[in-house]
Amino acid sequence: MDRKPLWLLAELTYKCPLQCPYCSNPLDFAGPRFKRELSTAEWCRVFREAKALGVLQLGLSGGEPTLRPDLEELVRTAHGLGLYTSLITSAYRLSQERLAGLKAAGLDHVQISVQGAEADLSDEIAGSASYRDKIAAYHYTRELGFPLTVNVVLHRRNLHQVEALIRLAESLGAERIELANTQFYGWALHNRDALMPTKAQLAAAWQVVERERARLGTALEIVWVLPDYHEQFPKPCMGGWARAYMTVTPAGEVWPCHAAGRITTLTFENVRDHALDWIWEHSEAFNRFRGESWMPEPCRSCPRKAQDFGGCRCQAFLVAGDAGVTDPVCSLSPHRHLIDAALADEHESEEWTYRAAPASRALSAALRERA
Amino acid sequence: MSAVTAASIPRLHAKARLQRDEVRDRDVLLYPEGLVGLNPTGAAILALCDGARSLGDIVAALERRYGASGLERDVTAFLGGLAAKGLVLYGP
Repeated sequence: MDRKPLWLLAELTYKCPLQCPYCSNPLDFAGPRFKRELSTAEWCRVFREAKALGVLQLGLSGGEPTLRPDLEELVRTAHGLGLYTSLITSAYRLSQERLAGLKAAGLDHVQISVQGAEADLSDEIAGSASYRDKIAAYHYTRELGFPLTVNVVLHRRNLHQVEALIRLAESLGAERIELANTQFYGWALHNRDALMPTKAQLAAAWQVVERERARLGTALEIVWVLPDYHEQFPKPCMGGWARAYMTVTPAGEVWPCHAAGRITTLTFENVRDHALDWIWEHSEAFNRFRGESWMPEPCRSCPRKAQDFGGCRCQAFLVAGDAGVTDPVCSLSPHRHLIDAALADEHESEEWTYRAAPASRALSAALRERA
Repeated sequence: MSAVTAASIPRLHAKARLQRDEVRDRDVLLYPEGLVGLNPTGAAILALCDGARSLGDIVAALERRYGASGLERDVTAFLGGLAAKGLVLYGP
């Protein structure tokens, strides 16, 4: 079996002008663990080692990656290595000149988030006046000939806008729209009650997606990321632990996915201490849940284990308190009642906490105390 | 979309890029959030999709190269699969 990674998500910084309450970044992003960002030279070394290891797809993400003044140089290096580079950005204050410079450096693809189909809701969810910048940047990407993905994280407050969001992406001439139902990690888990959609909302949105897919065909690819709490079986998270994917955090820790850092029972290595291929092949964190031998029942004897790989290790840890058990989303899991309880809660009056540095520092202190 | 004929000119969508994958000793087609691993024949077909050659030209070139005949069906099916993913476009 090919056990080399194809994907690298480079989280260049956790600084971000947006404050989305569903952010997948760690709750303690502003804490000491992520403080010392990798230098330009260190990132370039990571990209070289990733390519030599088998990586072909590079996501440049964050936080907000355009806050790195060396982004052009990073793109130039990655492109020179033959990596397919995607910029995953909020587009806040992203000028046409900056995008043109990134195009010249070899950037292949731009993904720009939007939080709602119109300014009022989008800006409210983002916690910053950013919608106008996004729309402007969408047009710049078209003018510069970038393939464009519009990304929207869906939750209770914006699921009713799915049709308007698809129409927006269509009118912009985007290649793809990612309708990503909130996955409950990081800030999204912290704000779960405020974000949790109803079954009726999801059913209505899914109907729109099916209809619009039939209407648009290949003109606009509509990606629908399943709301896994509402499913019967878990998602095949990352295509299996440490099989094809790795994340490097702003300060150089290497994780099998962008949420794995919350699993406190694993030790994560840093690119400052080890080469990427050593971390991929030999580190405890990458090997712990690789393959099938770690699986307990009901996964061990389940015919679906080759399909869903036991689901998500982070979710098992965050919900059931043990990264080594079946994803609690699974209807066969002994912990499924914890998911059902989260679905059954009465959510109407819940407020969310915006993702911001002061809140992060407070939560970071609380997390340390608990540990 | 009009029917694909021997005169149709296939080309890669601008979002897709051919790339050598040294680690796995193959060519791949890369595009936003995805990739397709190519066997040598698939890579040879896509290398000929330069926006100038017609489907008929591409089939003829491959038949010459491989000393084969009757490749039209295979080439059309391969490109049709990529067209269904929006990775190949046909133009006049």
